[in-house]
Amino acid sequence: MLIELLLAPFTEFEFMRRALLGCTALAVSATPVGVFLLLRRMSLAGEAIAHGILPGVAVAYVLSGLSVAGLTLGGLLGGLTVALLATWMSRTTILREDASLATLYLMAMALGVLLISSSGRNVDLFHLLFGGVLALDDASLGLLLSIAVITVVAMLLLHRPLTFESVDPGFMRVVSGRGPVIQSAFIILVVINLIAGFHALGTLLALGIMILPAASARMWSDRIGVIMVLAPVMAWCSAWFGLLLSYHVEAAAGPAIVGMAGAMFVLSLLLARRSKTDTRSSTRTWKGT
Amino acid sequence: MSCSILCRQLTLRYGQHVAVEDLDAEIESGSLTALIGPNGAGKSTLLDAIVGNRAPVRGQIAVRNQGHGSIAYLPQHPQVDRSFPIDVAGLVAMGLWTRRGAWRRWRRQDREDVNHALETLGLVDHARRPISALSGGEFQRALFARILIQDARLILLDEPFAAVDEQTSYALQEIILRWHREGRTVMTVLHDLDLVRALFPEAMWLDRRKMAHGRTEAVLEDVQAVQDARENRRHKHVQVTTGAG
Repeated sequence: MLIELLLAPFTEFEFMRRALLGCTALAVSATPVGVFLLLRRMSLAGEAIAHGILPGVAVAYVLSGLSVAGLTLGGLLGGLTVALLATWMSRTTILREDASLATLYLMAMALGVLLISSSGRNVDLFHLLFGGVLALDDASLGLLLSIAVITVVAMLLLHRPLTFESVDPGFMRVVSGRGPVIQSAFIILVVINLIAGFHALGTLLALGIMILPAASARMWSDRIGVIMVLAPVMAWCSAWFGLLLSYHVEAAAGPAIVGMAGAMFVLSLLLARRSKTDTRSSTRTWKGT
Repeated sequence: MSCSILCRQLTLRYGQHVAVEDLDAEIESGSLTALIGPNGAGKSTLLDAIVGNRAPVRGQIAVRNQGHGSIAYLPQHPQVDRSFPIDVAGLVAMGLWTRRGAWRRWRRQDREDVNHALETLGLVDHARRPISALSGGEFQRALFARILIQDARLILLDEPFAAVDEQTSYALQEIILRWHREGRTVMTVLHDLDLVRALFPEAMWLDRRKMAHGRTEAVLEDVQAVQDARENRRHKHVQVTTGAG
């Protein structure tokens, strides 16, 4: 009975299998990027970029409708524009970084909704804001899987420099001088994964599957290696249970998935015993990270 | 082979303010030099320029015999994010970047070197602790252990004994002397002139311009002479304004 409850929707319906496959791609791709976004204290920057995608996809939508290629290109341009604007504003104005990011994402959100609503089709506005994870077509699924492959390869190549640069940017500046390259590569990964998230969960919730599992995993471990494994597992479980919830109670799938990730975060907050300054020591010989 | 540093008419800015002006100096290969001077004298700005973080507005600065990863720099306020989930051994192993870079696998020898560095700095029991759990002194020891792993020819330290206890300070001083014996070039910003006298054969006194550079005793005599002259002037000023004497 329980097994049937957990598995039947996926064995019976192809759209549920496709939704789970898309979310699996997001869990192995977007969530590890989200871990670094969280650890580098860039969650708000991620939020601003996610909202920055909206005007880009809105322009693409007005020009080419719900074409996957058009929306992806528009989102890429919008996200990168906001990332560049945020960097420029934090360097050249007296505004603090959080204020710069808040102004950008409010403007991006307003502009995006204005463009889409003026086209006169509110159903499509809902789709762009909250995604269509239950309606992933071949093109969208192909895009999600391609982004997952690119991201996994890039994260394997970048893991050490990105970790070191996150721990001590000053050290990396002296020993490698490649800090700006690492930062730029990371921002590109953030943008393409937010676009992948947008196709499944919409611009408003794309960041949810990146940040919430990362924050939950951080509650349980003080080791980057453990967090990088635990967070995608949590993201995938959120997707599984979110899709089940959506199926059984006929709720919107995207919010159900992110809601499950949120529930997992609350549970982690309540149950994880690890404090920020765990002082336990060990005399084990170090075997490397 | 060790590194030497050559400055020719070097002028550096810190924001809008000229921090170092017309500096001509040569730090010899294998020397152990204390960089002294008042706050705002340009000491940290000079170290920043040596590692390439700051471009000169005029003049030149050259690090000779500089190979890949041959500079280790410990700023006064390192940018380490201590909330990042990495343990002490992981922080120390960052020093392996100079020999393994971004992609080459760490070998058994690398791991042994990390363990040896932890042992040398008395941190072997803390290897698996998160860096957020370290005290100020333990953290400074970990940063020194990272420099040990870097195996750099030129080592620049900015106030390395600030905010550490006496025992840690002695341990770190021993490491600095060991680097000197190994023929590395070491330059350290310090305010404690007694420590400079006891530990450093060479000193450079910087107060925006180079005031003195050479054997420590001679430089400290110059510092003392200027301080005495200032004290005399202040004393006379007090006498004049109070009508005393």
